[in-house]
Amino acid sequence: MTTSAQAAPAIQIRDLHKSFGSNKVLKGIDFHVDNGEVVCVIGPSGSGKSTLLRCVNRLEEPDSGQILVEGVDIIDPETDLDAVRSRIGMVFQQFNLFPHMNVLRNLTVAQQKVKGRSKKEAVEVARANLEKVGLSGRENVYPAHLSGGQQQRVAIARALSMDPDMMLFDEPTSALDPELVGDVLEVMKTLAGEGMTMMVVTHEMGFAREVGDKLVFMDGGVIVEEGDPREVLANPQQERTQAFLSKVL
Amino acid sequence: MALKRSTRRTLSRAVLYAVLLGVLLLVGLSADWATIRANFFAPAGIGNPFTGDWGTWPDLITVGVKNSLIYTAVAFGAGLVLGVVLALMRLSPVAAYRWIATAYIEFFRGLPVLLVVLVMAFGIPIAFNGWTPPGGTVGAGVVGLILVAAAYMAETIRAGIQAVPKGQTEAARSLGMSAGRTTVTVVLPQAFRIVIPPLTNEFVLLIKDTALLFVIGFAASQRELTTIARDFMASSATAGTATSLIQASILYLLITLPLTRLVSWLEHKQQKAR
Repeated sequence: MTTSAQAAPAIQIRDLHKSFGSNKVLKGIDFHVDNGEVVCVIGPSGSGKSTLLRCVNRLEEPDSGQILVEGVDIIDPETDLDAVRSRIGMVFQQFNLFPHMNVLRNLTVAQQKVKGRSKKEAVEVARANLEKVGLSGRENVYPAHLSGGQQQRVAIARALSMDPDMMLFDEPTSALDPELVGDVLEVMKTLAGEGMTMMVVTHEMGFAREVGDKLVFMDGGVIVEEGDPREVLANPQQERTQAFLSKVL
Repeated sequence: MALKRSTRRTLSRAVLYAVLLGVLLLVGLSADWATIRANFFAPAGIGNPFTGDWGTWPDLITVGVKNSLIYTAVAFGAGLVLGVVLALMRLSPVAAYRWIATAYIEFFRGLPVLLVVLVMAFGIPIAFNGWTPPGGTVGAGVVGLILVAAAYMAETIRAGIQAVPKGQTEAARSLGMSAGRTTVTVVLPQAFRIVIPPLTNEFVLLIKDTALLFVIGFAASQRELTTIARDFMASSATAGTATSLIQASILYLLITLPLTRLVSWLEHKQQKAR
């Protein structure tokens, strides 16, 4: 990697617009995530926060604007999108593990087929990441036999096995039973502690306060307020932020 | 008349059984059993396993059943490959592919299978300067079965592909897999699981459709089950009787019934897994 790419922010978004039909979901987003930073995005449902996250690895096609990932314009048709995606780990609300593969295969398949790793190397990486998320010994289990919390931790391990430069989390705990949320957040905290660049769409205000470096509040397709999570949560400046926080806190 | 509810129920049940028994008796007594046995179950064909007499079963099985299964397997295998291609074309981002696949599927689903088999059997040698697929005219007829089976299977497979949750594709793409890699590694394996029961049904339909090859001229060793059974009505130990047709029916059922049972078992299992 060149020095200039390292100096560039992990994610840089300029004037991003996105509509679904006549529904304008993102109305001009300017936003960046620095290397090693944990940015939490909160907001009411329909505010566009998930769409913003999904634009970062172009699961959603933006209408206009610029998205730079490590300085690389990912909207440029000449960009090798698959290569960029393999450096961005993504964790979904619904886990999206491959149900026809056991846990180990879930973790190794992309390593082998995308990164071209040998089976032996892929398995080593997979085992190390399974240990990291506290699921050693579950290599041969199929996803259907795991709890939601375990599935989500496997999903995190799957993303980590690609050695990503950054991780995107799309409401990673929203589909979990309350008692299973803690384990997943614990894994995410560990990751943040190791300096992983993270963009997290979440409703977990406690996590945002404790782990986040920056909090972004979105509503109606725009960023209403952003800043230090502890300050924004304790002392929101904007009326809309105050109204939202008074409902969820 | 004030009968108890339970008595009334017993009585109506008894009447239903009595009617059934009456109909059976009527048919049983009025039918000419000696003639039926002579014409449909001729001992020369049915044989007698206790005396080691296998009748005409060995010929029916080693030629008829064998060929029926070969034609079915070829039509199913080739139809499946073509069906997958058509299904992927129908879901292609390229409009021309979608149109071609849709036109193909609508065309072949709208025609009688028999007609397609006939057109292929006589049309392929004409169209290709006398060239025929392996198996000659019969091979050309099997091509007809393939073309039609592919149209039906394409729709089944397309439905299966669309039943795979979108999140699966998103997860694969976000790991850096290309669109093609995602289809092969993640989508198709899951789609096939979903469509195994309907595809097994398609296999059963094909077994029965091979009987349509009957309309094509056959070399003796190429005859499928219905054709050989028909021939045996003219020349065999059971000539002049319909015994070979009954034997063929029994053989078809021995193959199709376990398969249809298997389908309902698979469907039941899938429903439970959801």
